[in-house]
Amino acid sequence: MSRDAGHFNLTARVLHWLMAVLILTMLFVGVTMVASLHWRPMLVDLHRPLGIAILLLALVRLFNRLRHRPPPLPADLPAWQAAAAHASHWVLYGLMLAMPLVGWAMLSAGGYPIQMWKGVLLPPILPHDVALYAALRSAHSLLAYVLFATVVLHLSAALFHLWVRRDGVFQAMAKGSPSASE
Amino acid sequence: MSLFRYTRAGREPDAPRPPHSPLLWIALIALIAGVLVLAFAWLAGWLGRDRATVQTFTDTIEATGANHPGFRRAHSKGACVSGSFQGTPQGAALSAARVFRQQQVPVLGRLSIGGGDPHGADANARVRSMALQLVSDDGQEWRTAMNSFPFFAVPTTEAFLEQTRAGIPDPATGKPDPAKMAAIAAKYPSAKAFGEWAKTAPWSTSWANTTYNGVNSFRFTNADGHTEVVRWSMRPLAPFEAMDAEQRKQASLDYLSDEFQQRLAKGPVQWEMWATIAAAGDAVNDPSIPWPEDRRQVKLGTLTLTALQPQAGGACNNLNFDPLILPSGIAGSDDPILAARSAVYSESFNRRERELASGKEKAQ
Repeated sequence: MSRDAGHFNLTARVLHWLMAVLILTMLFVGVTMVASLHWRPMLVDLHRPLGIAILLLALVRLFNRLRHRPPPLPADLPAWQAAAAHASHWVLYGLMLAMPLVGWAMLSAGGYPIQMWKGVLLPPILPHDVALYAALRSAHSLLAYVLFATVVLHLSAALFHLWVRRDGVFQAMAKGSPSASE
Repeated sequence: MSLFRYTRAGREPDAPRPPHSPLLWIALIALIAGVLVLAFAWLAGWLGRDRATVQTFTDTIEATGANHPGFRRAHSKGACVSGSFQGTPQGAALSAARVFRQQQVPVLGRLSIGGGDPHGADANARVRSMALQLVSDDGQEWRTAMNSFPFFAVPTTEAFLEQTRAGIPDPATGKPDPAKMAAIAAKYPSAKAFGEWAKTAPWSTSWANTTYNGVNSFRFTNADGHTEVVRWSMRPLAPFEAMDAEQRKQASLDYLSDEFQQRLAKGPVQWEMWATIAAAGDAVNDPSIPWPEDRRQVKLGTLTLTALQPQAGGACNNLNFDPLILPSGIAGSDDPILAARSAVYSESFNRRERELASGKEKAQ
């Protein structure tokens, strides 16, 4: 277990960029499929297995995150920015795990089959119930908007570190340390 | 990396960097974030409110009649039914779906009338409908929503929305503008043909002696991987009896429910489910064009209904009969109306479930 002070470990970096693509795709798929009169069938078939894939990857990522401390933020970073970074990371981890679970629970409460692909179904995790469905369906949208806003802020902050502060924070996730043995 | 930096900057790598202007970079970041937010908002339907989305379509349906919170936006009045489905070997040869192999698949369904009034008179509704949920023992589901009309009135989603808009009552008269309805009939030959069907086809006396048509096309794939495009229908075993205008006028408000309940008291009510197989060149993605009469017909199974309960508190009431919830062996076609129905049913379901949960529904 090499502990590299300047960079995230390879597992963290691979998971980060893979999930960045998946989550951004998922948010756009989700918002498109609930509004489109044409694309819903195709997108909803993509949305469910992708959501469960994100849930599984998020669990692996959380495990890795707890075993490997991330590199510290620069000492000269203003306190409010450091606090915002920590808070947004907690929100991102929370929602990566919560969104798929809320989606799964919501379909269960709506009496829908939870189909991964043809012939493969997940069991319901809640009873068929109007009040639960209504609450979870609203929560799924609301949390998606919060997640999207957090992702956009996270991306903007990362680019601010890359282009304006030029303090190596972006590079900590973009590449490994030249001397680090992974 | 060092080579790149050296040649690009044309200076010693260790030389102090010239100060950069953060404003340009901040503007670029704002641009990237802005593009993402705008794309998200546009796809969500929050920008360009005149764009046809699931929400605007559902709003249009709601505008065609009075609001009835807690009820389905279309086919609002109906009753829950239950029974079973027994598939045939011919059905199993067409589709690998478990429903055609299993003995007695349990069925939950809903018989309803067309229109958005949950308190309307049963006998006044031109369109009657049957929705079913078949759950086979491998856990897979087949949901279908069928209608008594033999073909859809319009060919595309855009036309469907146009037709629905034309049905919004004129505030002056409280009725749809006949000129707008005539314009739809003039523009779409199928809408005109639908009008002819509505005027001339005899009305049946019961939900039980009505034929229900899937109208949209689906793909059946068998165990060998062979696929056929089909449309299905429920043909009643109860003999057809016509109901004339005078009988309809005298019928009670809940005539169809009451009549069906009386039938069930005497015994189960049955339909045969038949598939019509498309031939090359048939309009597989246009539900407004019926296929020729001589197409191959295959009996898929027999539906037996044994019980009816009111929809208020009934098991079918909180179910979305999304026609694209299908088991392995059955898939949707590229019929655009099928995608639109699936999308609008989902939005309608979300709205009424929220209304029911927040207690906004009127006493049922």
